Amino acid sequence: MANVVQIAVPKSNSSIAVPTGLFIDNEFVPSVDSKETIKVFNPATESVLCEITAASEKDIDVAVASSRKAFRTTWGKNVTGVERSRLINKLADLIERDAQTLAELESLNNGKPVKVARDFDIGDSVGCLRYYAGWADKITGESIEIDRKTKVAITHPEPIGVCGQIIPWNYPIQMWAWKVAPALAVGCTIVMKPSEITPLTALKLSELVKEAGFPPGVLNTVPSLGSVGGAALSLHKDVDKVAFTGSTITGRKIMEAAAKSNLKKVSLELGGKSPHIVFESADIDQAANWAALGILYNTGQDCTAGSRLYVQDTIYDKFLAVLAGKAKELIIGDGFDEKSGGGPVVSKGQYDRVWNYIEAGKKAGARVVCGGEKRSTPGYYVDATIFADITADMKIVQEEIFGPVLSVGKFHTEDEAIALANDTTYGLAAGLHSTDAAQCHRVSEALEAGTIWINQYNLLYNNVPFGGKKQSGIGRELGRNALDEYISVKAVHWNYGEKLDWPL
Amino acid sequence: MSTTTFYHEFNTPGYKGKVSFPTGVFINGKFSAGGDRTTIDVINPTNGKVITKVAEGTPADVDRAVKAAKRAFHESWGLSVPGAERGKLLARLADLMDEHFNELAALEALDNGKTYSWARAADLPLSVGTIRYYAGWADKIHGQVIETSEDKLAYTRHEPFGVVGQIIPWNFPLTMMSMKLGPALATGNAIVLKPSEFTPLTALRMCSLINEAGFPPGTVNVVVGYGHTVGVAISEHMLIDKVSFTGSTLVGRKIMEAAAKSNLKNVTLELGGKSPNIIFNDAELESAVKWASHGIFYNHGQACSAGSRIFVQSGIYDSFLKAFTEKALSLKLGDPFDTDSYQGPQVSQAQYDRIMDYIDSGKKQGAKVHVGGERHGNEGYWIQPTIFTETKPEMRIVQEEIFGPVGVVIKFEDEADVLRQANDTLYGLAAAVFTNDITRGIQFAHKLEAGTVWVNCVNHMHPNVPFGGYKQSGVGRELGEYALNNYTNVKAVHVNLGHTI
Repeated sequence: MANVVQIAVPKSNSSIAVPTGLFIDNEFVPSVDSKETIKVFNPATESVLCEITAASEKDIDVAVASSRKAFRTTWGKNVTGVERSRLINKLADLIERDAQTLAELESLNNGKPVKVARDFDIGDSVGCLRYYAGWADKITGESIEIDRKTKVAITHPEPIGVCGQIIPWNYPIQMWAWKVAPALAVGCTIVMKPSEITPLTALKLSELVKEAGFPPGVLNTVPSLGSVGGAALSLHKDVDKVAFTGSTITGRKIMEAAAKSNLKKVSLELGGKSPHIVFESADIDQAANWAALGILYNTGQDCTAGSRLYVQDTIYDKFLAVLAGKAKELIIGDGFDEKSGGGPVVSKGQYDRVWNYIEAGKKAGARVVCGGEKRSTPGYYVDATIFADITADMKIVQEEIFGPVLSVGKFHTEDEAIALANDTTYGLAAGLHSTDAAQCHRVSEALEAGTIWINQYNLLYNNVPFGGKKQSGIGRELGRNALDEYISVKAVHWNYGEKLDWPL
Repeated sequence: MSTTTFYHEFNTPGYKGKVSFPTGVFINGKFSAGGDRTTIDVINPTNGKVITKVAEGTPADVDRAVKAAKRAFHESWGLSVPGAERGKLLARLADLMDEHFNELAALEALDNGKTYSWARAADLPLSVGTIRYYAGWADKIHGQVIETSEDKLAYTRHEPFGVVGQIIPWNFPLTMMSMKLGPALATGNAIVLKPSEFTPLTALRMCSLINEAGFPPGTVNVVVGYGHTVGVAISEHMLIDKVSFTGSTLVGRKIMEAAAKSNLKNVTLELGGKSPNIIFNDAELESAVKWASHGIFYNHGQACSAGSRIFVQSGIYDSFLKAFTEKALSLKLGDPFDTDSYQGPQVSQAQYDRIMDYIDSGKKQGAKVHVGGERHGNEGYWIQPTIFTETKPEMRIVQEEIFGPVGVVIKFEDEADVLRQANDTLYGLAAAVFTNDITRGIQFAHKLEAGTVWVNCVNHMHPNVPFGGYKQSGVGRELGEYALNNYTNVKAVHVNLGHTI
């Protein structure tokens, strides 16, 4: 029997009970062969929240076997779309019921403000589950005319099978929902490895999966180090598909492991260095608002962060001044402080990483417009930092920083802007601001990114597909497209009348 | 303007409970008296007595309803409400229907005469399931983006029509309402709905649930009235952009004519049928008998898709007829609220008279009453399950839709001949084939001129599988994704981004 720890909620007398075991077959259990634990931190205070069980390679085996059994007996083709819909809707209802508690836990572990976690992360996650619940009984195949006299050709969209899902720490609950919802709607079973940095809400959500009534093994949760659990899932011979969101470097390893093991299907949502272009016809104040959102939302820890900003030379100085003002208005502070619009970065590791980039930017000669100085108080805080007068070869311009650090450059012509924007191995998102409709169309056509925002940034919807071009990913999440990532099409050719002449 | 209200206490073996709800004309979220302040008697088909009086809607009420619907469509509904929110309201309505499951089933049984058991086993699950199914579609109404040239953006939108008129029958009142409301609301339309004047109670109960679910006032308006007044007003209305009707082929023609003469409103029709049920020698006999019985006696034969012409191949004819007769005789006719009743009364005096008239014509034209053919009991509208044999194709009971528990059993030998006979009808709603030879089953399914073909089953429907008629059985499809097309108008948007002339 594994433990439950009580985690105190700041500014209140309450605490949140968090199970610390591995969630397999609808029970929290210890590791079968290991005593390893993972320390879970509060990035606002730098202190340990608790320790949880770390899954070993053997535990992954157990989890996969459990999900395989469920797929063969109580899930997969053994459950109707209507029933899957009902269960996913029930899960959504439970998450909505517990939104405040989940938001507090998310904030304690990840650092984001409680109100943002509750109203945005969790609100959108509930919507995501309900959206895919609606699809569960609407996944149709086709009947296709071939030879009308004697044959019928039909396609069955079948669930792929047992899916390993590996999610990151920047939106723990929301990334969980984006993965879980379409996979369950289609009828797949899941072995979920949350980030070892932010495993707590995934464990709490596992309680709700059981409460909603999902059969044991449909969703197993195995927090572990990427090098252990992530590797084990991607190499596993009995996992049919792996879905990963995280860094491009790790994405490569996952794909390599998939190829070397059993050629399991792979979908990847990786990094970005998304360009944000402001043309001279843009509404400057609005564009500055969106640009600030684009780099500061979630303290810049967003794969779609608009981290390279290119401003047309005719408005460059004016825009930069307005933007710097906007950046300073955001209060980055403790997640339980009502005034906070953003929190600390998630961990010591990330904190060091981001500061290394800031130092590199200074060394390379970029001009610091605002920020760039460490705080002296506890917590992994990084304040909004804007670099101007950048050149394409700078590290801060080429590499994904994953913090509230913006690089601002200048362009003269539209073609130059497009060339600068596309000059990256990434292709996740891009934004542009212009009141010239033809320009908006031309530029959005030319930009090499999976999501283009025109006169806005960052806003996603559960029913619109999302994913990367180039090295930002393979496959799409959200929208109807996400279902295809979990479907394997079987074509059935039914001969009901043709007789074959032999020999040919 | 105060409203009529229905108070009733159920004290039956099947259901006990009190109901109380307004039964006025429901416009803009409020109940009121009808325009002429007249009422319609709702009759209990078990004894011909008045259950209650409901407000009678008039053409003036239809006008008011259309105005309310138009305003709701422009101000508080339509595409200004995101699909996810429309879906949420529909899901809430389904939840409320679930909460009042037994009450709705009891009202349906009381008003229509079907048994409380069947209402719970079939009508309610299909009704709730249909609303829940369309709740899931609401935020998934996609248009297309179409490649044309570099300097143009071309895309389509699937926009709601606006105000749609819906006219539903009395055989499955709540299910028919759900089949109409679901896709229309999911796609963003506002509705003026006329329930059958014979069976308005569940529709009126739904109005209160629609308010409770949170639909903006005017989104759904319900006007109980007569076909020749309210029905005509809807089909002729110049501000209603689309009418959807389920009922007889005769009335369906009138609706289409009125639509053509008024404003060419879009029309979908679900009409009658004389559906063939073909049973081959190699059919699994016991199963075929059960399904054949379900095909014609389910809902007292008051189903548009009833398998009313039963073709039986000569090799099993005698054994089939024997077993089918036993089955028919085993069906228990009784009070709708007795837990062991299979069949209640027909819905009304008029229907009773119609069916008995057909039975008479069968007898007069020389067909043999193999079983049944008489009234059951001496009050209310019960008719015995009836089987005719030794019929000729030109007989009225073979050609015309009876809409009662009256089946004709016809012997056949040759495949080509039975296919010809099965298709030899103006109707084309459904058909069924019973055979162990799946090759033959599929071949027949493909050759039968019907919108639904059942192989080794009959009258078995699902919210996500489309349903509708070939030939004079209808225009358009309900249920499934296909129904969404009935309620959306395609707009193609061409944005010129550089093409000069």
